[in-house]
Amino acid sequence: MAETYDAIVIGGGHNGLTTAAYLAMGGEKGGKNKLKVLVLERYKKVGGAAMSEEIYPGFTYSTCSYVCSLLRPEIFRFLDLPRHGLQVIPYEINSSPNPEGEGIITYKDHDRTRESLRRHSIKDAEAYDHYAAEISRQCRFIKPLLLLTPPDPTRVNPFAQNRINPWGRREDLDGLLKIAAEFGRMGEKEMYEIIRFWTMSIGDFLDEYFEHPRWKGFSAASSIIGTALGPYSPGTAYVLLHHYMGEVDGQIGAWGFARGGMGSVSKAIASAATEAGVEIRTNAEVAKVIVRNGRAVGVALADGEEIYGKTVVSNLDPKRTYLKLIEKSDLDAIDPDIHAYARNFKIRGSSGKLNIALDGLPRFAGCPMESAWGTIDIGGDFDYIEHAFDDYKYGSWSKRPFLDIVIPTTVDPTMAPPGKHFMSVFVQYVPYKLAESPWTPQMKAAFEKDVIDTIEENAPGFRNLILHCQTRTPWDIENEVGLTEGNIFQGELTLDQLLFNRPFPGLGQYRGPFDGFYMCGSGTHPGGGVMGAPGANAAREMLKDFKHGVVR
Amino acid sequence: MTYDVVLIGAGHNGLVAATYLAKAGRKVIVLEASDRIGGAASTREFAPGFKVSGVAHILHALHPKIAGDLGLRLETQAIGTSVLLPEGKSIEISGDAAATAASIRQLSAADAEAWPRVMARLTRLAGALGSFLTRTPPSPAIGANDFQTKLALAMFALQLRMLGKKDMLELTRILTMNVFDLANDFFESDAIKGLLSFDATLGVYLGPRSPNTVFNLLYRLSSYGKHGMGGLYLPKGGMGAVAAALEKAARAAGVEIRTNAPVDHILIEQETATGVVLRGGEEVRAPVVASSADPQTTLLKLVQPGNLDTEFMKRIRHLRMNGCVAKVHLALDGLPDAWKSRAGRMVLAPKIDYVERAFDCAKYGRVADKPALEIVIPSLTDPSLAPAGKHVASILFQYAPYKLRTTTPDEARRQVLERTIDALDVLAPGLRTRIVGSEALTPHDLETQFGLAGGQWHQGEVTLDQMFFLRPAGQYQQYRMPIPGLWLCGAGAHPGGNVSGAAGANAAREMLKSLRQRRAAA
Repeated sequence: MAETYDAIVIGGGHNGLTTAAYLAMGGEKGGKNKLKVLVLERYKKVGGAAMSEEIYPGFTYSTCSYVCSLLRPEIFRFLDLPRHGLQVIPYEINSSPNPEGEGIITYKDHDRTRESLRRHSIKDAEAYDHYAAEISRQCRFIKPLLLLTPPDPTRVNPFAQNRINPWGRREDLDGLLKIAAEFGRMGEKEMYEIIRFWTMSIGDFLDEYFEHPRWKGFSAASSIIGTALGPYSPGTAYVLLHHYMGEVDGQIGAWGFARGGMGSVSKAIASAATEAGVEIRTNAEVAKVIVRNGRAVGVALADGEEIYGKTVVSNLDPKRTYLKLIEKSDLDAIDPDIHAYARNFKIRGSSGKLNIALDGLPRFAGCPMESAWGTIDIGGDFDYIEHAFDDYKYGSWSKRPFLDIVIPTTVDPTMAPPGKHFMSVFVQYVPYKLAESPWTPQMKAAFEKDVIDTIEENAPGFRNLILHCQTRTPWDIENEVGLTEGNIFQGELTLDQLLFNRPFPGLGQYRGPFDGFYMCGSGTHPGGGVMGAPGANAAREMLKDFKHGVVR
Repeated sequence: MTYDVVLIGAGHNGLVAATYLAKAGRKVIVLEASDRIGGAASTREFAPGFKVSGVAHILHALHPKIAGDLGLRLETQAIGTSVLLPEGKSIEISGDAAATAASIRQLSAADAEAWPRVMARLTRLAGALGSFLTRTPPSPAIGANDFQTKLALAMFALQLRMLGKKDMLELTRILTMNVFDLANDFFESDAIKGLLSFDATLGVYLGPRSPNTVFNLLYRLSSYGKHGMGGLYLPKGGMGAVAAALEKAARAAGVEIRTNAPVDHILIEQETATGVVLRGGEEVRAPVVASSADPQTTLLKLVQPGNLDTEFMKRIRHLRMNGCVAKVHLALDGLPDAWKSRAGRMVLAPKIDYVERAFDCAKYGRVADKPALEIVIPSLTDPSLAPAGKHVASILFQYAPYKLRTTTPDEARRQVLERTIDALDVLAPGLRTRIVGSEALTPHDLETQFGLAGGQWHQGEVTLDQMFFLRPAGQYQQYRMPIPGLWLCGAGAHPGGNVSGAAGANAAREMLKSLRQRRAAA
C-alpha cells in the first residue's frame, strides 16, 4: 500500500478546501494535531462553483457564483485569506429597472434607502425602519447557529454512552440548551416572531409592512434565489434570511465582489490550505469510496488508482455522494433507510446562468448610471415572479424570468479589457428537466433568447453590446460543475432539509453512516452559499473524532 | 339577571364551551345573531324537501372525549373514500385493508403495498401531534409556563420521543414539507398522489407544491380514525343534527340560549370587558365575555376601536383568512347510473398538477377553471334528507378564493355552479338532466350567511405560522385576549377548525381556571 493520509477530501470546492485547511492546521492556529490531508478534484482546477475562468479571450468570468458576502468572518480571519490574495469589494447599490417609469434603488446606507423608497411610497418608507429592524433581529438569532453542529433532538439522552464521551453524550443536549438559551435571550415576544418567521411566506411577511407592488417584488428577490418556490410559498421568509446573514467588513447584510472573480475565494483558501501542508490533486476524479468492514478506508479514482486514508470526507452533494460514490450494499448493511433518504433528497435545480462579455456598459431603464455598480434585479411585482414560477412548475423555463445581474468589472478592472465589461446574469426559474424534450441546443438557444429579450426590454440597446455569451442551464451545471440537478445549494433550503435534518435525518452532524466517513459540502448544515461554514464545522467534528480515538 | 359568562355565537364551539361552563356550575348565556343554532354546523333546506349539511358535511373530528363529557349521542354512518378516475372507474379506500389494497392494485402494485404502511405511519405521527389538540398551547418561553403546562409539555416531548428515533426524525422532516414531495417520495400513481394533495390542501390557500401542506394533511389525519380516509362518518340528519345534540346538551346543563340576539359591541369599562351590548341597545353583563366568532370579527368589529394595541390589531388584520372552498348543493330527481351505489366520499383530484392548476387560478384571484371536488350523496344512507326516490349531493369546491380580482361575487357563484356541473357531468353522464334544484355558496356567501370572516371555514387557515402558540397571535394563544375578561373560544383559537369542539372545550377549561382564581381572590 502506498502512502496513506489522515484525511482524503473528495472535491475541491470552497468547502472541501476549507475542511482541508482546517484539518491540516489541526483546527487551531499553531495546533499540534496537524493532519496529513489530500484533496482530490475532478476538474483541472479547484474551486467548484466558486470559480473564475477565461471563457472568452481577455474576460474573466465568475462562471457560477458571482457575489460574496456569506463567507463567515471567522473563517476569513482564521485562514488569513487577505494574505492569500482575497479582497472583497463591497458594493453600495441595488436597483430594479423599470421600463415604464422610475426604477427602485436601494443603498447600503439605511437612511438613503428610505429616502429613495419615499419616491415610490411614503407609507413604505415609514415601514422600512420597522422592517429592517425585524430582519436584523431575525439575523441575530440565526447567526450563532451557523458555526454550530446542529444538535439532534433524538440524541439528547445524556446517559447514553458512546465513544466520544464515555460519560454519556452531552453534546446534543448542550447544543439544544445553547439554542434554547439563545432563543430565551430574545424575550417571549420575539420568540413568537421567530417561530412565525421560519414558517411563513415572504409574500405574507412583506404584505404586513409594504404596499408598493414593485418594491415588494424587489424585496422578495433574495427569498427565491436558488429556490424552487414562489413568493407566496411558506418557508421563503427563511431563505431571505439565508441571503441576509452575510457580512462584508462587519456590515451585516452587505454584499461584495471578490476581486478577480469568485475564483479568488477558492484560490485564497487553496493557498491557505497548501501553506498548511495540504496536497491538492486536480484531474483526479473519484469513482468510489472504499468501504471495508463498515469503515471508509479510502477512495478509488476513475482510472482505477486506489488511495487510502484514515478518513474520507465528501464535498460533493449528498445525492451524488450516497448514490454514486457509495455502493448500495455498503449502505444497506448499515441501514436500508439511508438509500431511500438519498433518493428522496430534494435537490431540484431552479436557476440558470448567463455569462456575458460586453463591449460597453448598458444603461438600465429608470435607473441612474451608477446602478451598474451593484446588483440589478429585473423582475416586477409578486405576480411577475409567481408567473415565472408557474412556468417552472410545469416544466419550462420562465418566459419572463426574474434576473439577478451584476457587472463586477465596474469596480474590478482586472476582469475585462479596458472599457469592456463582464456581466453575470442569474436566471430564475429554469428547470433541470424540460417537460417536452431534453435540453437540446435549440431549447437552450430559445432559453437564452428569452433571457436576453427580458434584459433588452429593461436596458434598451443591450443586445448590441454582446460580444460573447455563455449559457448554463441546471442540466449544464450538473454536468460541468457536478452539482446534482444543478441545485446551487447542494440541496433545497426548505425547513425539512435544514439543521439536524441536513442532509438526512440522523446524519445531520457531518458524520456519515460508517466510521471514517464525513460530509463537508453545502448539503450539510448550514447550507449553501459561499460561506465555508459547513467545511469548518465538518473539520471540527472530524478533529473531535481524531482526538477521542474514534478514528485511529 | 346576572351571569358568570356571556358567550357570543351559538356555533358548535360556543355551545361546547357553554356546556362545559354550565356543567361546572356557572351561569351562562349564549347570544346568537341568527335565528338558528349551530353556526357552520347546520342542515339547510336549499330546495323544497331537499336538505343538506350547510357547510362541513363529513363528521370526522368531533373529539371523542368531548362527545363523552357532554353525553352526545349521534347517529352516524361510516363511509369510505373513493378516488374518481376517468371512465367511471375508481379506487375504493375503506376500513377493509385487503379490499383497499386490491383496489389500489388496479393502478399500481407498489402503491398498494405502500399505502397501508405509509398511511399508518402518517397517522401515527399525526396522532402524536393530535395529543395536543385538547391541551392549551404553552408559551415557548418555557419558564413562563405554570407547572401544569410544563408537565403537559414534558409529556408531549416524551410522547414524541416514544415514537422512536426514526419516526421522530421523520416527523421533523415532513412537518414543514409540501405534499407534492411527500406524495412523490412514497407513491407512483397519479390518483393516489392526487388524493393526498387534495386532502393536504383542502381549506388552505396553498397548492400542493407549497411547503407546510403536509402539516394540513397531518392535521386532518389526526382527526380521522384508525382507518384514516377509509373510516369517515356522515351524521344522520346532516350536520344540523350535531348542532341539535349540542343544543340539547347545553340546555340540559342549564345554558340559556337566545337567538336573534346580535351583539353590537363588547362593553369595555376601565379597560375590562364587562359584558355586551345588543344591537337593540340592551346590555348583558358578565365578568367573563367569551366569543366564538372568528378573531377578526371579535377583535376588529365587536371590540370598538381604540381598545387594542396597534401592533396586535395589525397582526389580527393580517391573519390569513382567504377562504377558498365553496359549497355546492344539488337536488337530484334520481341518480345517474355511475352514482347509484356511491354512498361514500368521492374525490375528484386525478393528479397533483390538476390540483396545482386549480390553485394557480386562486393565486391570481380567480375561481378554478377545473376544480378539485369532494362529493357526498348523503341521501343514499339517510333518505330523510330528500323526498322519496330523490337525492341530494353535497360538494366541496376547491379553489374559489374569497379574494377575487376582477370577478364579482355573483359571477363567482355562477362559475362555481357551472364548473362543478361541467366536471361532474363527465364523471356521471346524465347528471345535468337530473338536477331539479341547486345552490352554490361561495366564501362570500359563507361570510354573509354564516358569519365566517373571509369565508374561511376554520376561522383562520390551519398552517404552521397560524397554529399552536401562534393562534390567533403569539402571547394570546391561551384563549385570553389582551382585554381582561375577554376570551376567544372559537376555531380561531387553538386547535383550529373542523367540527371538533376542542377550541371550545379548551377555552372553557381556561375560563374556569380564571373564574376559580377570581373567586379565591375575592
